[in-house]
Amino acid sequence: MAENEKAKVKKGPSPGVLALRKVVDDVYEEARQAKKRGEPVGWSSSKFPCELAAAFGLHVVYPENQAAGIAANRNGEMLCQAAEDLGYDNDICGYARISLAYSAGYRVGRKYDHETGEFIINPASGKPLKDENGQVVLDENGNPKKDPKTQQPFEELVNINDIEAMPEGEEKERALNALKPIRQNLMPAPDFVLCCNNICNCMTKWYENIARMHNIPLVMIDIPYNNDVDVDDSKVKYVRAQFDAAIHQLEKISGRKFDEKKFEEACANANRTAKAWLKVCDYLQYKPSPMSGFDLFNHMADVVTARAKVETAEAFELLEKDLEENIKNGTSTLPFEEKKRVMFEGIPCWPKLPALFKPLKENGINVTAVVYAPAFGFVFDGLDEMAKAYYKAPNSVCIEQGVAWREGICRDNKVDGVLVHYNRSCKPWSGYMAEMQRRFTRDLGVPCAGFDGDQADPRNFNAAQYETRVQGLMEAMEAKDLAKEA
Amino acid sequence: MSNMETLLQEFAVVAASPKAQLKKYKEQGKKVIGVLPYYAPEELVYAAGMVPMGIWGTNNKTISKAKEYCATFYCTIAQLALEMLLDGTMDDLDGIITPTICDTLRPMSQNFRVSMGDKMPVIFLAHPQNRFADWGIKFTMDQYHDVKKQLEKIASKAITPEDLKEAIKVYNRSRRARRAFTKLANEHCDVITPTKRMQVLKAAWFMLKDEYTEKLEELNAELAKLPVCDWKGTKVVTSGIICDNPQLLAIFEENNIAIADDDVAHESRAFRVDAPETDDPMHDLAEQFKNLDYDVLLYDPASAENRRGEFVADLVKKSGAQGLVLFMQQFCDPEEMEYPYLKKALDAADIPHVKLGIDQQMRDFGQVKTSLQAFADVLSLRA
Repeated sequence: MAENEKAKVKKGPSPGVLALRKVVDDVYEEARQAKKRGEPVGWSSSKFPCELAAAFGLHVVYPENQAAGIAANRNGEMLCQAAEDLGYDNDICGYARISLAYSAGYRVGRKYDHETGEFIINPASGKPLKDENGQVVLDENGNPKKDPKTQQPFEELVNINDIEAMPEGEEKERALNALKPIRQNLMPAPDFVLCCNNICNCMTKWYENIARMHNIPLVMIDIPYNNDVDVDDSKVKYVRAQFDAAIHQLEKISGRKFDEKKFEEACANANRTAKAWLKVCDYLQYKPSPMSGFDLFNHMADVVTARAKVETAEAFELLEKDLEENIKNGTSTLPFEEKKRVMFEGIPCWPKLPALFKPLKENGINVTAVVYAPAFGFVFDGLDEMAKAYYKAPNSVCIEQGVAWREGICRDNKVDGVLVHYNRSCKPWSGYMAEMQRRFTRDLGVPCAGFDGDQADPRNFNAAQYETRVQGLMEAMEAKDLAKEA
Repeated sequence: MSNMETLLQEFAVVAASPKAQLKKYKEQGKKVIGVLPYYAPEELVYAAGMVPMGIWGTNNKTISKAKEYCATFYCTIAQLALEMLLDGTMDDLDGIITPTICDTLRPMSQNFRVSMGDKMPVIFLAHPQNRFADWGIKFTMDQYHDVKKQLEKIASKAITPEDLKEAIKVYNRSRRARRAFTKLANEHCDVITPTKRMQVLKAAWFMLKDEYTEKLEELNAELAKLPVCDWKGTKVVTSGIICDNPQLLAIFEENNIAIADDDVAHESRAFRVDAPETDDPMHDLAEQFKNLDYDVLLYDPASAENRRGEFVADLVKKSGAQGLVLFMQQFCDPEEMEYPYLKKALDAADIPHVKLGIDQQMRDFGQVKTSLQAFADVLSLRA
């Protein structure tokens, strides 16, 4: 694309994106329906081997995805605070705090008048009202008027246990109806939990706490940290034995026998999803890219919550087609011209996505690499390989593997720099980032910039610091170009 | 000076000067292995004819060089351990063992390995959480075999089963002696003040265990001769990762608070459980790890119950303490995650507690002082 040519932005969600959204909506909806039918519903960590639960036809939802969604819907702070009031320190991972508060019954409610049942609208909410010419309408004080159609009620913390304890009747109906109607706020309570600590050891205690709150069984797949790039036989045997133990537990939970056919089907779907996910991620190799790298953050929900469903594989395959078309037409989902390409290291600050995006847009920086691509793009054949695949998660691998994953995508996706999120919520992730940064600069010759943030708690993100760091990174990338030209 | 005073003085000196201990052992021609938290099988180091020395940070340094590797929100114990490895304090070590049971130690193991480069071998250890079934035991043994191999290389000596059996005997005896000491310290809390108690238990991390145990048994015998004290102050159980700061413990003494027992990783959690003594010593070590229980860092398959909280509450009751002091190590997820349920169990048992936020760079204890003074008043109504 010529420098001065404006990027052609593709408006509105594509068929692939719509299909991916539906997949996640269905996961939550099917879990709600299963709960209504009296079937057990599980809560699972993101990289628990979902193929196992699928073999029993069990419905499972994902607290990490839920917490990210709650945070992105600007309710992270409210639920983090609720967890802190229960005694969980504000130092603990924001996802864990949100999830523990939710587990304890806390929900986001919309304020309503208890006499009339009418919602109480927050006058500060909503988008500016525009006239027929698209101009913002001002009030008598010269401030932009709000479009009443977009205004929302005040939000408050409520507890579902209190609501459920209310006598049947109109008031209870109103209280239930006032729960914020986002899928993450309506996730059914767990009957069992599936914990795999390949992500972090915080997961172990987090899920133990949930099990304790609800007095429910916990299925534990333990992945000790690996100091080697390879997963040796000892580790494979340990994990295989845990698969067997988990199957035994799941038989008890579901009251069904392990269905080999369903399991194989789930594995085949998971592999197909992983391959399609990787292909989608690979479109970021194009220069300019046919999509904004931020899209991957949204699509991750599908890889996390529905890897083993055929619909997920199909949706990613559809997205591949959309991207192929973007390439043909010279369009992109990136709403600005791509001047520079960076790897975004870490989990995004979900409550602050617009703030995260703003300076990138201003500088023409596209995120063309995220470590989730290789981390969730795992393909396996048979149980031994499955054990190996689950042994490798972003926070369970040694520094050499972590660096290799990242440098691989940085090279393939042609990045000019690296933006590192020092995520206050994630100690295992941020714990060797300083050394990784040194290696990126040494091995790739690209500048790196770090900023402080949090995946879920907005109180730990400082937009001014972030903007300065992005600006600094941009200047370093430009200085490198100038040096090259000279 | 009485024999008891002499012994206590010796422990105090060792506890305060690990660097001198390191020097002493090196001068004796011994090799020394630094052992980071948690649960590393020191018996293997001992069986290799080397000296294991615990590395649990320090109260006397400030994080500087470790900043090159760590973000600010990391446990100071781990950061100061790295600091001492970087600033030359521990240059005489012949290697370190780095377990990885918590989220800080996971990436920290990589920082240790990267930063030490060719300076010293860094022996990696990943304990399993599903440690109970035969396959869990097997995994622990596999890990320990790896550690053993690397220790043998450093020691230039094979560890025989007989060496290991002997080491286990020495360690079991040491654990027994430390458990006996904590009981005696409770009965004689007028003599064994919180600071002295800490010094005696801390010294264990810096001494060869046979040498240590001999002295501790001697001290125990001296204590046993004394009449059980009629303590007029209050008593608490301490809980947390570490509470070895003398300034902090002095506040206990100023307020006549004795330590009746502890649930501290650096103290009793490290010697609660003995290893079996069979013909398969490696299996015995794995069995010992399996049997560790009621620990914030370890998975509890009966997690739907509040076993740990109730265990600690019971510890308070059995020890005759009136309350519990929780040393909440800053940035310690496992401790923080277990706090609400510990609180629940303590409240249910009508046991008052105070949570003190601490870290090893703490230099101002004003707030802790106020909290402990107020807590002592609460406890005195129950004494």
